[in-house]
Amino acid sequence: MNAVFALLAGLTLGAALAAVTLRNLVHAALCLALALAGLGLIYIHLEAEFVGLAQILVYVGAVAILIVFAVLLVRGAELPEGRVSRAPWWGAGFTALFAATLLWAVVRSPVIRQATRPAPTVTVRAIGDQLMRDYVVPLQAIGMLLTAATLGAALIALPRRDPNSSAHQPTPP
Amino acid sequence: MPSLDQLPLYLKDQIVALFPTPLQPWVGALIAIGTLCALFPALFAFTTVLERKTLARIQNRLGPNRVGPAGFLQFAADGIKSLTKEDIVPRNADRVVHFLAPFVVVVPPLLALAVLPIGRNLVALDLKETGLLYFFAVGASVEVGVFMAGWSGGNKYSLLGAMRALAQLISYELPLILSALTVVMLTGSLSLVSMVEKQSSVNFGGLYSWNVFTPWGALGFLLFLTAAAAEANRSPFDLPEAESEIIAGYFTEYSGFKFALFFLGEYLGLFAVCGLGITLFLGGWLPPFTWLNWVPSWLWFFGKLMCLIFFFVWLRGTLPRLRMDQLMQFAWQFLFPLTLINAFVAGVWHFTASWNFALRWALGAGLLALAYTLLSRPFTQAFPRRTYRFAP
Repeated sequence: MNAVFALLAGLTLGAALAAVTLRNLVHAALCLALALAGLGLIYIHLEAEFVGLAQILVYVGAVAILIVFAVLLVRGAELPEGRVSRAPWWGAGFTALFAATLLWAVVRSPVIRQATRPAPTVTVRAIGDQLMRDYVVPLQAIGMLLTAATLGAALIALPRRDPNSSAHQPTPP
Repeated sequence: MPSLDQLPLYLKDQIVALFPTPLQPWVGALIAIGTLCALFPALFAFTTVLERKTLARIQNRLGPNRVGPAGFLQFAADGIKSLTKEDIVPRNADRVVHFLAPFVVVVPPLLALAVLPIGRNLVALDLKETGLLYFFAVGASVEVGVFMAGWSGGNKYSLLGAMRALAQLISYELPLILSALTVVMLTGSLSLVSMVEKQSSVNFGGLYSWNVFTPWGALGFLLFLTAAAAEANRSPFDLPEAESEIIAGYFTEYSGFKFALFFLGEYLGLFAVCGLGITLFLGGWLPPFTWLNWVPSWLWFFGKLMCLIFFFVWLRGTLPRLRMDQLMQFAWQFLFPLTLINAFVAGVWHFTASWNFALRWALGAGLLALAYTLLSRPFTQAFPRRTYRFAP
């Protein structure tokens, strides 16, 4: 474990911890964005440049903004005083179970048992080849799903037409 | 003695050689960072004066002409003024976020400038695998800063301004990335250096094959410029700022040097996105003709950059601002489909490489003209050409 990794891991963990403990929802969302960016930096530090930069582009650039929009549209930044969740220990229990499962899967995977492996050189071209040849059906399926979601969002956002009144027309200037 | 072209690299090597070997990579990196952090803010200072003088010319005024020769030291006076102004933090403000927001807005454009090849062998950070992705990933981080600035002031109107700005930035990021994608398709690499090298093949008459000389490149460049104007908050898409209507939207609650930092961040973003446009479509540091090779490559880059900036100033002086709904409609109903069709035409161009050049050009241009006519029909119908009738 070298110094850069320790720094990045500390940043990510600290920001993640702040994201779940801060009382101000916008602060929590911004800390979450920082944690996601820290995760991206760890990927880059592990020489997975493409994954790291995609993580920053998608999560910091889009998902964090989406979360912030949602927070502000649903309610204000301040939480009411007192306990927010009715059963916080259930959440902690499920999180621990999830983390334990992941840890178990990682520890017993054959990759980790081999003492040293040469680092694979993964090029962007190889990733593209995989996506466009071997995994083209899942890729297209995800594309369909996202298109459907976008169309649904656009439908919800359309102005409701009142059948009695005249159709909504943008007035020319 | 090295050629003038490679002089910056030679100077850097000379300085690095003065240090002991273990320190040398660090010194080299520091020199590159220092150069970027000095060069582009200096260019910003110069551009502010240039912009004010050009706008003044367009509006039939004189512009700044008191400080220094012909008013060219106006930026120094402006800088001193903003440094000595009181730094007002509203009582309702969220102090930490309010303090951090200007830095989150300024740092990403500086980071993005690092991957641009500003001359032959002159690039601070050559990411061979992910150059373009790095540029967009870093550029997307600005959005967080915009939100932080708008929210932390404790002012509903700056929050609304931030929301408008974010909606615009997210909407126009799509055409920006998709129009850049055509170049990635044809280059087969995400490295900005290899994109420039790809354009260095010579056509008839010693003309370098810049991407803008192809049908998809010409349209792609125009689409890229449009989206770039929106991403950099330049007129006619400067709704987030709109100083004559909403008085600088998301950064209303900033004063003094923090305000100047937002200004700096905006211009650095403009330089970055113009530099990317030059790299992708205008041949980067390549001259237009082979017989112009004697001019240093970095001079070509900065010359093109100044031309593009002048173009944006010119637009600002001549075009009125769009309305928010027009902005969104334009992005989603016109720019976005046209960038997709342009990507398709780029694919056609790739697979017709063996064809006669004129035939290939005509096919691409014809497809794009057809798409343009069909896509622009709703707009021409909704906004017919106005006729003016003056009193006799």
